[in-house]
Amino acid sequence: MSITIVYTIATLSVIGTSAAVILYFVAQKFKVYEDPRINEVEENLPAANCGGCGYAGCRAFAEACVKASDLGDLYCPVGGNETMNKVAEILGLEAVKKDARVAYIRCNGTCDHRPKTNIFDGAATCAIAASVYSGETDCQWGCLGYGDCFDACDFDAIELRTDLGVPRIIDDMCVACGACVEACPKDLIELRKRFPKDRKVVVACRNTDKGGVARKACSVACIGCGKCEKECNFDAITIENNLAFIDSDKCKLCRKCVPVCPTNAIIEENFPPRKIKQEEKEECSTAK
Amino acid sequence: MRMLKTFRKGGVHPPENKLSAGKPIKVLPVPTSVFIPVSQHIGAPATPVVQRGDQVKVGQIIAKSSSFVSTNIHSSVSGKVKKVDFQADSSGYPKQGIFIDVIGDEWIDEIDRSEELKKDFNLDGPEIVKKIQEAGIVGEGGATFPTHVKLVPPKGMKADTLIINGVECEPYLTSDHRLMLEKPDEIIVGTRLLMKALGVEKAVIGIENNKPDAIRKLSEKAKEYKGISVAALKVKYPQGGEKQLIKAVTGREVPSGGLPIAVGAVVNNVGTAFAVYEAIQKNKPLFERVVTITGKGIANPSNFRVRIGTPTSALVEAAGGLPEDTGKVISGGPMMGRAIASLDVPVTKGTSGILIMKNDEAKRKKYIACIRCSRCVSACPMGLEPYLLMTLAEKQIFDRAEDDKIMDCMECGSCSYTCPSNRPLLDYIRFGKGKVGQIMRSRKK
Repeated sequence: MSITIVYTIATLSVIGTSAAVILYFVAQKFKVYEDPRINEVEENLPAANCGGCGYAGCRAFAEACVKASDLGDLYCPVGGNETMNKVAEILGLEAVKKDARVAYIRCNGTCDHRPKTNIFDGAATCAIAASVYSGETDCQWGCLGYGDCFDACDFDAIELRTDLGVPRIIDDMCVACGACVEACPKDLIELRKRFPKDRKVVVACRNTDKGGVARKACSVACIGCGKCEKECNFDAITIENNLAFIDSDKCKLCRKCVPVCPTNAIIEENFPPRKIKQEEKEECSTAK
Repeated sequence: MRMLKTFRKGGVHPPENKLSAGKPIKVLPVPTSVFIPVSQHIGAPATPVVQRGDQVKVGQIIAKSSSFVSTNIHSSVSGKVKKVDFQADSSGYPKQGIFIDVIGDEWIDEIDRSEELKKDFNLDGPEIVKKIQEAGIVGEGGATFPTHVKLVPPKGMKADTLIINGVECEPYLTSDHRLMLEKPDEIIVGTRLLMKALGVEKAVIGIENNKPDAIRKLSEKAKEYKGISVAALKVKYPQGGEKQLIKAVTGREVPSGGLPIAVGAVVNNVGTAFAVYEAIQKNKPLFERVVTITGKGIANPSNFRVRIGTPTSALVEAAGGLPEDTGKVISGGPMMGRAIASLDVPVTKGTSGILIMKNDEAKRKKYIACIRCSRCVSACPMGLEPYLLMTLAEKQIFDRAEDDKIMDCMECGSCSYTCPSNRPLLDYIRFGKGKVGQIMRSRKK
């Protein structure tokens, strides 16, 4: 009986050893060389796999970085300049410095400003509502409010505000991956330059209808009057198709455009309260 | 007893609710102003040829066809062009159109306004097609495909059967039914004209068995002519779908992604046949049509002959006004129609009915999870798997949706109608279709 056991062990050992030898040579023959720097780069990436860089996940981005001869077109919006510097260091290349960005939903058509004229009771996603018709209000450009951007965000940076009817971006959480920009069927979300203390001056409207039509649908619609364009000293504001647009790369946050807007379509956020206005008023009263 | 013909796969039986079936067609008074969209058909929008301040007469061309798959638009009223501008259509998005303030009711001289029946014609096929094209005739069943395009088969294909669609399987709608009862002779002449244009010897008028009076009347009139017959069909929705009707009448199955001409059939609506009669025998272009205005809440559900461009509100007024508990106003039938957001939306060439639904009927029920009962699969007349297509569209897996033939869906709504969990199957499938269509078009480029 014991001889059976010996035979068994011997046979299995021979098979095992020969398989190991074969596998060793096969592995040598078919060895795939992988640049060790890919792993090194990947370790320094945020591992969010959000696709904000334009590649399918962090690994694919790391591979692209290693292959690239310069990092001009490659940028990880989540990690920002810090991460890109590290990557550049590993690869011995030069990082391109870019301004940090933050998403902004360019619609202020909340329930108070934009009355509902009908009710949509189909499947509650923006993509479907937009493919069926223009929306629950008379503004065909504005936010539908079903939260496709909220669903697309992997970073919890968007909150659904049922009280407002329009979602809001939480600036601290936003990494500017651009997933929400893709998800919005109305093309409302823009990646804007991130200023210190998250200050911003934005035209919160995308309505390109003529002034009267736009105003009728929403009390805070941009009517394309051009007052802000005249007021701006930095050529940051352009008017096209009855709609003003503030280029965040040119904007210096002077806020002069905000008070001239007749419909309050230009929004300022995270600024200290204005003092200048009160002083002006006092001067006026003393002059009288 | 002989079994009645129908299509085989799927289908549902919604309550018929043909409230206005017994109401003769009345003529709706000409409104004080109209808005005539330049795109009332599938294909390129027509180009406006009138300007602000121009005087127009009834039947005058106001927008010209801009390509082969497009049609002319004619003025439905006489008066002064107020402006050429944009107004929201049933989708809510602004579409270009012509606003006309009505002055009097002056028709162009070419139109023969007598009621007398003109049976005889001596035109050849291409002449008929040309006249149909000039008269701006489109499929009046709802899809609004330009009729002249259907009558010119692509090279290498030949039609052998003309099918006239008098099925009207949509609940509530009765405009085709009334037209068949009141204008049977004209429809038969229209059918003969279409047969001549196509060069076919055989025509079948398909009518569902819930309209025995129409079947009787048309059978009687069709006896005079060789080749025209009437087929009584078993009641089942969506029998009025082109592919279903061909299957029911001829037993042939249109291949996936193919046109009816692939099996030698061409389908036209009875309304279209009537419009063809008027265009050729009376020189009257398509500027008015029969519209059903109906609903359980309204005072007088009825059928009206309406000028194109008349606002929906005028129709609603004529039927006794908008009831207080109105939930939805639907352009078309309850199964395939679409809710409109404003009563300013005009009647167009494809408007077969206006349905006003009460609040409690109109509201969708809350939807819950799919229980895998496969009722949608049994109901789908195209043999698709709606539950799967919905999930694929929801998860945005469009390549698989394409493989599973999402583009074969004709949006009849049988799946959503039959779902015990009230799932919005069609909403998602329609969305998926749009996306897959985009992907397919971009691939072709």
